[in-house]
This record gives sequence, structure tokens and C-alpha cells, in this order.
Amino acid sequence: MKIAIASGKGGTGKTTLSTNLTALFAETENVVLTDLDVEEPNSGLFIQGELVKEEIKYKMIPKWEEDACTLCGECQKNCNFHAVIQLGSQLLVFPELCHSCFACSELCPTSSLPMIPQRMGSLKQFKNKNISFIESRLDIGQEQAVPLIAQTNDYVGKTFSRETIKIFDAPPGTSCPVIEATKDADFIILITEPTPFGLYDLKLAIETMKELKKDFGVVINRYGIGNDDVVDYCEKNDIPILAKIPNSRKVAELYSRGELVYTEIPEIKDELQKIRNYILNLKISN
Amino acid sequence: MKIAFTTKGTEWNSEMDPRFGRTEFILVYDEEKDEFNSFDNRDIENEAHGAGPKTSQQLFELGAEVLITGNGPGGNAATVLQKAGVKSFIGAGEMKVKEAYEAFKNNKLKEF
Repeated sequence: MKIAIASGKGGTGKTTLSTNLTALFAETENVVLTDLDVEEPNSGLFIQGELVKEEIKYKMIPKWEEDACTLCGECQKNCNFHAVIQLGSQLLVFPELCHSCFACSELCPTSSLPMIPQRMGSLKQFKNKNISFIESRLDIGQEQAVPLIAQTNDYVGKTFSRETIKIFDAPPGTSCPVIEATKDADFIILITEPTPFGLYDLKLAIETMKELKKDFGVVINRYGIGNDDVVDYCEKNDIPILAKIPNSRKVAELYSRGELVYTEIPEIKDELQKIRNYILNLKISN
Repeated sequence: MKIAFTTKGTEWNSEMDPRFGRTEFILVYDEEKDEFNSFDNRDIENEAHGAGPKTSQQLFELGAEVLITGNGPGGNAATVLQKAGVKSFIGAGEMKVKEAYEAFKNNKLKEF
């Protein structure tokens, strides 16, 4: 069972929900938490454990072999990202633009663009009693999150059984990294705050999930601030609201110290229980 | 010398486009022949990635030796321009093409 926790707007509580929900599940069963916000992973501030595995992750980038190249121009014609540019008699490759699709390499008539591994980041796996925690982190200077998110998803899929509860802390926004982080999930939790900004970005996130044909529900964080527009919007559009996490200064204090919040605030534990029950009752079709 | 301008139109009196990679037009002035040649770059809107390198390559194909633009090319575009031997001058984003040319001739533009 794969549950991705995403949001349109940043700073609405993805990590707070991911880490606290993980810890709540871990009270009774094995659970895997994966931080897919590889550009700035932060779940590890709240969930620690013993390092059990570390892997360097690579992406494949074409390398121009000048000698065999006939400068036919096929490569740059086939590259959708302008990562291969031909300038007269030379070929320039831009690794930051390359999406590792292999088109230039496979379609080169003289095999002059072999794909070469290039380091992009690392994956770490930690273990703490019932919690397995996976954290991937892009190297500084790397611009593309998608290949590392994809490889991390593969790793989690291969390492843990299908039935294990897996929680994925997704990146914010609605662009490619979010698509990659949510496309294989069985259910998406969209967390938002009850403000005009929260609602605006929630609508974008909902459109994205509808486009991906995903089942999703909404969690309202910092409930009590702002207005009722998020609730009204969800009710009007038949979108389930799984929980309303009350706004509290104490949450901010605990969070700022890197501590879990549900163990200290009973009202929050109650709301997390609702989410947990909702997840356990989900009927996954495939 | 062939001088390329990033522009919002195809005439001497057109506004400059301050953007490089996503400029609407490229206007090339051939000083020797006193001739204009323009390229409609508006298809670049459809490109999510790599606009800079793509437009740089276009400049190369248009045979430009000098680029006059506004904000200046980004990192990838600058690499292509350098390999293509195109010298870039920036700060002409708010001018008309004619004014940008005069400013260039009077050494008023900053070399990138």
C-alpha cells in the first residue's frame, strides 16, 4: 500500500503529517517512510535510525565520441530538451538539461553518443524498530529531481513487500517531481491550510491528481485559521476531508525542536487516527 | 559584421526584447551589406526546457558575430554562444533596436 503525501502549496505540513503518521503506524506494525523531496529532504530531522544501507545513485548522460560522428544532426533533432546542440562541426551536451531518455544515443546511426553514468545523489536507508526510513538526496548543483525520485521509488518497490504500508513525503508544487512522486501511489493525501493561498494551490493539486486519475483525500492543517472556503470547496466537490489538524503554537514549538507532535497533543493524535483508519479501510482495486 | 538583436518586432524601430532564450524575434543587421534579416523565434514558447541553447544555436546558424540583448543569456546559452564565437552585449532591453545599435557603437553597452 503506497500513500503519498503531497500539497500544492509548500509549508502546509507534508513532513509533519508524513513523520507523525509514520510513527503512529509504527506503534502497531511495520511501516516504510520515504522522503521523495530529494532537493531538500527533511523527514530525517524527525525520524532517526540506524543506517543500514547507502547507495550512490547515477543517471545516464550521453557522451560525444567525436571520431565516429558524421554530424548528421539526428541527435539534436530527436532531443526534446535541447540537451544536445550541434554547432557546425562540434556537438555540445548539456547534462543538466538531459532527461536520460536515451533517444539521441539509441537513434545515432554511428553509435557516437554512448550513455555514461554520472553521479546525481545518494540514497540512505535507516531502521528504527518498526520504521524503515529511506532518504534520497540530490548532490549540490544537480538540477533534476525526477531521475532520483524514480530510482528511489524503484528501490522501495523492490525492497519491501506490496502489503507493507509505505508513506511517501512528496515535494511541493504540481510539476514533474510531484508527478513522479505520486504516479505510482495507491492513494494521495493532499494537505493544505485553510487560507486563500492554501485553497488556490489545493485546486491546482486536485486538478493534477484528477489528470493522473488518482484517488485522493484532503487533510486540513492549522485548522482554525483563515476561513471556511477549503471545507466548502471540498464538500461542494465531493472530496473527502480525512482530518482537520487544529492550529496550535505547541506544534510549531515541537516541530522547531525536531520532535513529533502527536505524542504530545491528544487532539492531533485523534485526527491522525482518523487518517490511519481511512487508509486501512481503503479498497485498493488492483 | 553581423549583429543580432533580441526584439519584439522586425524593424529598426521595433522594441528590443529583454529576454534572450525566449525572445520573440531575432533581428540580424549585416553592416557591410546594410541589410536586415529576421527570424521568428515565437515557437520557443512551446519548449519547456533548453530555450537558451536552442536560441543560441539559431544565432550561430544566422551567422551572427555579435549579440545585443537585455538581461543576458543564462549559463547553458552562454556556453553555446562562447563556443559559437558570438560576443554578447547586454543592457539594451528597454531600447528600440536603432537606439541599441547606437549604444553599442558608442561603447555604451556592457560586454557579457
